[in-house]
Amino acid sequence: MDTTATFWLPTPSSTIAGEIDLLFYVIFYLTTFFFLLIVSLATYFTIKYRKTAENENDPMPFVGHSRLLEATWIIIPTAIVMVLFFWGFRGYLRLSIVPAEAMQVKVTGQKWFWSFDYPEGASTVNEMVAPVGRPVRLLMSSKDVIHAFFVPAFRIKKDVLPNRYGVSWFEANQIGVYDLFCAEYCGSKHSQMIGKVRIVSEQDYKVWLESASDLGKGLTPVQYGEKLFQLKACATCHTIDGSSSNGPTFQGIFGHEVKLANGSSVTVDENYIRESILVPSAKVVAGFQPIMPTFQGILKDKEIDALVAYIQSLGGK
Amino acid sequence: MSYSPAVDDNGLPSPNYLSSEKGLWSWLSTLDHKRIGILYLIGITIAFFLGGVFALLLRLELFFPGQQLVGPDTYNKLFTLHGAVMVFLFIIPSIPAALGNFVLPLQLGAKDVAFPRLNLASWYIYVAGSLFALYALVTGGVDTGWTFYTPYSTSSNTAVISITTGAFILGFSSIFTGMNFIVTIHKLRAPGMTWDRLPLMVWALYGTALIQVLATPVLAITLALLIMERTLGVGIFDPAMGGDPVLFQHFFWFYSHPAVYIMILPGMGIISELIAAFSKREIVGYKFVAGSSLAIALLGFLVWGHHMFTSGQSELASAIFSFLTFFVAIPSAIKVFNWTATLYKGRISLEVPMLYALGFLFLFAIGGLTGLFLGTLSVDIHLHDTYFIVAHFHYVMMGGTVIALIGGIHYWWPKMFGRMYSQFWGVVGFILVFVGFNVTFFSQFIMGSQGMPRRYWDYLPQFQRIHGISTVGAMILGTGLFIIAIYLIASLRRGTIVGPNPWGASTLEWETTSPPHPHNFENQPVVTGGPYDFNKPRV
Repeated sequence: MDTTATFWLPTPSSTIAGEIDLLFYVIFYLTTFFFLLIVSLATYFTIKYRKTAENENDPMPFVGHSRLLEATWIIIPTAIVMVLFFWGFRGYLRLSIVPAEAMQVKVTGQKWFWSFDYPEGASTVNEMVAPVGRPVRLLMSSKDVIHAFFVPAFRIKKDVLPNRYGVSWFEANQIGVYDLFCAEYCGSKHSQMIGKVRIVSEQDYKVWLESASDLGKGLTPVQYGEKLFQLKACATCHTIDGSSSNGPTFQGIFGHEVKLANGSSVTVDENYIRESILVPSAKVVAGFQPIMPTFQGILKDKEIDALVAYIQSLGGK
Repeated sequence: MSYSPAVDDNGLPSPNYLSSEKGLWSWLSTLDHKRIGILYLIGITIAFFLGGVFALLLRLELFFPGQQLVGPDTYNKLFTLHGAVMVFLFIIPSIPAALGNFVLPLQLGAKDVAFPRLNLASWYIYVAGSLFALYALVTGGVDTGWTFYTPYSTSSNTAVISITTGAFILGFSSIFTGMNFIVTIHKLRAPGMTWDRLPLMVWALYGTALIQVLATPVLAITLALLIMERTLGVGIFDPAMGGDPVLFQHFFWFYSHPAVYIMILPGMGIISELIAAFSKREIVGYKFVAGSSLAIALLGFLVWGHHMFTSGQSELASAIFSFLTFFVAIPSAIKVFNWTATLYKGRISLEVPMLYALGFLFLFAIGGLTGLFLGTLSVDIHLHDTYFIVAHFHYVMMGGTVIALIGGIHYWWPKMFGRMYSQFWGVVGFILVFVGFNVTFFSQFIMGSQGMPRRYWDYLPQFQRIHGISTVGAMILGTGLFIIAIYLIASLRRGTIVGPNPWGASTLEWETTSPPHPHNFENQPVVTGGPYDFNKPRV
């Protein structure tokens, strides 16, 4: 198979995509043949044997039933589907068996973003970076409901469950940026749970991995916080322009008192922000649902410091 | 014409089941299977209208990326209600309970179904279950998808309990109808109506009834467990309480896959009747077509895991389910080839019902053949949970079942009401539905294989054009369905009065008056030949 997008399928960009696309097109031409066979026969018979003024009252001729014909259209489809089964099974085994030399990335799905943790310490949200030409084993789990990890360009998909690990893998064979979708319905922002898989050269990957292990290098806390606000997907539910989303806006709240869902109120200070990141359900602002996931174990202290500084910079007392 | 010359106030044969008793109460307390069939027809039409409005709202929202009409939470409720209403309130009862109720005893030469009171009770249970579902709708809706996957459905704060209670209750309606039909087919066949003389519609309803009785209790148990988990905190499916969410999927599909055959089998039965009646030929391979209905009913119980290839079930389980799934292709292929062969040397008249039968052949071929992509393990991994699936099951469920249902309604309409609808508008309606359907759903195959996930309120810009095309198709489709509703209703008063057998069909229901006698036949019919003998003298 060539490496460009076709009418039916997006650009194949993993080592396994070619095999799956070939089978897709084999089934496509096979089914097109049978479809045209049925439709053209039905059309031909309908025209040739239509009722006319002349034949209206003729007795119906006796047409026997051919056992041979009946057997033919049982045996041929059976043979075809058995071939499809084994062919599809072979590809499925390739999709399931991870090469031993694969590098591993831990994938975590939660409402409504993806996070990726690398053994070297780097950690990203909604953007996965991987080197071209090296198999990557994805060890996946969810923090809440079921999600599914779907990269169309790689032809892989796997449910991400809350009570067990799922495993998938790919080996990209083209440098580029590919869409990552959540394919299992997970609520309000299911259609916003979209990330990217950025495939880079081995050399670029090394450079990236080093810098990604220390994201805040050379940035002021506010700049770092602004970067984290995007990277860690705070922006999915919080705005910085005063408008309301799934969560309260960050504009001009620092130092102000806010009303809570339980009727009491609290001043937005460093400790309240820290608590809301680590134990979001502790003090929910009135008018919002307690839907925010905890970032315990996702954000390091230094990152929380930066986010506090950033929220402080967005105005308030 | 040999039927009784007596006529009622409307010029229809008298006595007939429509005018023999009058008043709303005579309908609400009726034990006549024909009237109960009409009551169901009204119920499913309302459900189809509701589900259709939800579908149109979904398509309008998806016309462009970003928010058009509704926000994501409303969108999620709309697709949940579209699915739940269409599956539980409309399509499952549609052909068996509405048309089946009307036609089955007539085709068997029986006076009624075996248990007329149970039959009426089924309808009331259907209404009660539907009211629960509507209650969920007015108390804020449900956002879980019609599949109610855990742990989302355990944690969602929407009206999950009232809609699942509704589906639970509707299940009993379905079980009772199934039991009633099985006993009716075994015990109430007219003298001479041997098993190999049953119309193929009866065989299809028989296969359907078996699934209804055997599979529906599993859904009821699953939904009851889900309700217990939510209300009592018993951990069954939710991992937060020590349960297993994949277990729910196994339970759910153990019912819901056979349920797909509850939906399509009776449609196949209708198509057999239509192709025979409008080709004036016995269906080729009668025994194979009848047997394939039972084969599909049986195989339907063994393939549920093909909904779960990406779920984390074991690779061995996926392999076995894929292998078994391919065998469903065989009886389906047998039916399609035999229907096509029946056209050979027939005498084909393209009346409105026959247009739907040929439309079914075209659409079901696409729906069935695209199943091969999905049964194939490696290809399904890519296509699972994309619009390709959405397109596939709409080709089977709407292109198959609903097209067969509309064809069946057009076929038996003159029998039900004694009047004929406008042929011209019938053709116009068919063309709009056929074209609109293909524009709506064929485009979804393409966006699906390109990677567009299902149940998305918003989408990436590369999918905009194809989403736009699909929405235009939905508007054409909606217009077609609207026209059909108008001319059918208009024909109830204005339609020309027809005799007992306007199509020259061969099965027993065409030997009684249109509309039929309250007791179906004035004299007990005696069967002397096969169901599709077009050379025997006509009444």
